[in-house]
Amino acid sequence: MIFHYLMRRMFLLSFVFVALTIFAFSLGYLFPGDVLSNFTGLRNISPADEIVLRQQLGLDQGYWQQYIYFNQRILDGNWALSFSSQQNVLDEILNVMPATLELASYALLLSLLIGVPFGIIAAVRKDKWLDKLISGFALVGYSIPTFWWALLLIMVFSLTLGWLPTSGRLSVLYEIPRLSGFMLPDILGSDAPYRNEALFDAIRHLLLPSLVLATYPTTVMIRFTRESMLDVLEQNYIKTARAKGLTRLQVLYKHGLRNALLPVTRQVGLQFSTLITLAMITEVIFSWPGIGRWLIDSIYQRNFPAIQGGVLVVSSLVIAVNMFTEILHTLLNPLARK
Amino acid sequence: MKSIGSFATIILLTIFSSACQPILPTTRVNGLVYCAEGSPESFNPQLVTSGTTIDAISQHLYDRLLDIDPDNGELIPGLAESWQISDDGLTYRFQIRQGVEFHHTRYFSPTRQLTAEDVLFTFGRLLFVQHPFHQTATEYPYFDSVEWQQLVEKLTVISPMEIEFTLTKPDSSFLSTLATDFAAILSAEYGAQLVKNKTLADLDQLPVGTGPFLYRNYQKDILIRYYRHPKYWRQLPQMEQLVIDIVPDNTKRIAKLLTHECDVAPIPRLAELTLLSKREDFVIDAQTSMNVGYWAFNTRVAPFDQVKVRQALSYAINKSNIMQAVYFGQAEPANSLLPPTSWAYDKNLNIQRYDPQLAKKLLSEAGYPQGFQMDIWAMPVQRLYNPNALKMAELIQADLAQIGVQAHIVSYEWNTFRRKLRQGEHDSVLIGWSADNADPDNFLRPLLSCAAAISGSNRSNWCDENYDELIAKAVHTPILEERRAFYQQAQQYQAEQMPLVPIAHSKRFQVRSRNISGVRINPYGGINFTAAGKSL
Repeated sequence: MIFHYLMRRMFLLSFVFVALTIFAFSLGYLFPGDVLSNFTGLRNISPADEIVLRQQLGLDQGYWQQYIYFNQRILDGNWALSFSSQQNVLDEILNVMPATLELASYALLLSLLIGVPFGIIAAVRKDKWLDKLISGFALVGYSIPTFWWALLLIMVFSLTLGWLPTSGRLSVLYEIPRLSGFMLPDILGSDAPYRNEALFDAIRHLLLPSLVLATYPTTVMIRFTRESMLDVLEQNYIKTARAKGLTRLQVLYKHGLRNALLPVTRQVGLQFSTLITLAMITEVIFSWPGIGRWLIDSIYQRNFPAIQGGVLVVSSLVIAVNMFTEILHTLLNPLARK
Repeated sequence: MKSIGSFATIILLTIFSSACQPILPTTRVNGLVYCAEGSPESFNPQLVTSGTTIDAISQHLYDRLLDIDPDNGELIPGLAESWQISDDGLTYRFQIRQGVEFHHTRYFSPTRQLTAEDVLFTFGRLLFVQHPFHQTATEYPYFDSVEWQQLVEKLTVISPMEIEFTLTKPDSSFLSTLATDFAAILSAEYGAQLVKNKTLADLDQLPVGTGPFLYRNYQKDILIRYYRHPKYWRQLPQMEQLVIDIVPDNTKRIAKLLTHECDVAPIPRLAELTLLSKREDFVIDAQTSMNVGYWAFNTRVAPFDQVKVRQALSYAINKSNIMQAVYFGQAEPANSLLPPTSWAYDKNLNIQRYDPQLAKKLLSEAGYPQGFQMDIWAMPVQRLYNPNALKMAELIQADLAQIGVQAHIVSYEWNTFRRKLRQGEHDSVLIGWSADNADPDNFLRPLLSCAAAISGSNRSNWCDENYDELIAKAVHTPILEERRAFYQQAQQYQAEQMPLVPIAHSKRFQVRSRNISGVRINPYGGINFTAAGKSL
């Protein structure tokens, strides 16, 4: 049963990836400029090299063959070079990816830690002033444009109060060797004499961007948890449990929460793609050296190989996360398996 | 997105920056952060001319044979302890300083101190085709522009600590060239190691010098990290670390200053200085810099081939308006190409009047009583010497209308603009020049000589034998007073002939936190942090 389900998902996933790679491949042709340059990232190719490269890429053969070669290069890690740095695009992406993942995961964590409890409180206190307050805040947070909100926070906490820095992941004076690319683990793993100061500084740098990035998903979580909780509280089994004499808290915890949070797990996956989009804006404003800023810079510089690689990686990531949470949701929820 | 962000930040900055003072973050790292405008193109000053790159690398990593005293522009000993010039002005002999150590880095461990071999290696690269590194660069822009290959005939190592340059003709700007940031001394031993390892390109990417700081690492578009050079031959820098934080966005740079993430930053936009000047925790340093903004007429095109027309136009423009509206009072009006800080500046030059009546009269005499139509090309980029060429063009347009001359403003994208200028398609152009060294020749030759009309930096396309003779005589004279006399004649002649109207010498600005000391603007070169200190 579950095996069949997983097979079906995998089958679907492979289709999505085929479509995605076809799209990424066709970008090489759709971008302006020389096709050979777009696929290799090399510029000013000499005529002698051009013949060799054309053969390697299969440009003298049909599109289908070229597409297969393209996929082989992707799988071998032999990606195009970035126009601006002449480095392998995959290496560049792996270099900037951890910063985004770190920021996004703290933001997601923050949105769960705030969103879920507040959603539950709002549901339990439905139509009371607390519910109205929380729902009101959620609506405001939901409607605020991210870039404006980011600037507002920078203005208050950085420029006026001077509490928090405006950009980057760590004060440039701290030199932390790169181990994983994730800042906090790297600092903890380093043996720098200023480890504690650096850790504190990194957290100060993290606060504003993760708060900004968490705002939208938090409000979605609040609203979603509230709706889902209200649905569950209407159910007959809740009434039964109450009738059997369980306290309100017991009912909420044992029967309400578990059922209400199931749809929320699914929501986490759906939020991920929004999170990545918002991360791009946040990264640009806070000069956060992640994949969002990297992609936007690449677009400014018309760095086609980088755009091609970036789109491929980001879309794959979003699809993979979506699929993963959906599978997780199915495993947790017997009803969904049918 | 970026522009929305910048726009919004600047508004917010304006409203709130004066509200209250931020709490200074405390760091235990003894270091200084300089926020630069861009990434360096290379780590070898021989290969670049851009001011951003020079500021980021030159004075920190390298020393030169001679240095320029920032107070009076005089040459002072650097890595050369002393020097002698032969009577015919053709040979220069330098005694190299003893006990100068090269940087010890993770990619190079020096085994010996500085000798004449290193000087030979450094300048040999620019001059000799058989030098192992000569071919690794396509050009040496600064040295090409002063025609060094034609000037220097040979280099001779006399003894381990003595070297001699032989020139093909006397050139009194030779020593100034050696004192520029571009004439940094490299290590011959490091060069030999790179040749052995066949990694020639590293010479320009992984620098080894004798300067106050040594290279630690570089992340493109993010930062450059330098450590103190523990065996520096001058007094040791106070700072253990120097970080060049690369922040291309003007607004973000200001925001970083306000939060004290930057200690020092160059601020090219004058409008933002007023904002920062209200804060007590910042100091704004200003200095008239070696530059000039000017309005050049294409003297090969009628009616600008007539001296009277050019003079008339020069009388027609109201410079004090321009000083206020374009430079916000942060520049000095110019009446020569040379800034008043130059030793060759002619104090007796007439100050260019604003006199539309005289301008009209001159125009009638030249045969244009009704005026004429012309184009003013305004450069599309901001430069220190001309922060807003379009606005300046509009002001000039209005002034010219008073004397019956109808001006059209023309602008192209920067690269196209320069290409079309080189092809001489313009009537007149608003542009400028920043000097690379303190020598007056650096202004007078590239901007108005016949050779420059061919190579393209002479935007007036003006070629005058008298003028060329004057500036040629000046470089061939070793006696300072005589040189000054020639240069003053050249300036007088230029003011008479008016192939271009000098407009302003702009000041250069830099903002630093009040707790930073010992950093100041060097009018003759890149920024220097050797004496910088930080109090907490």
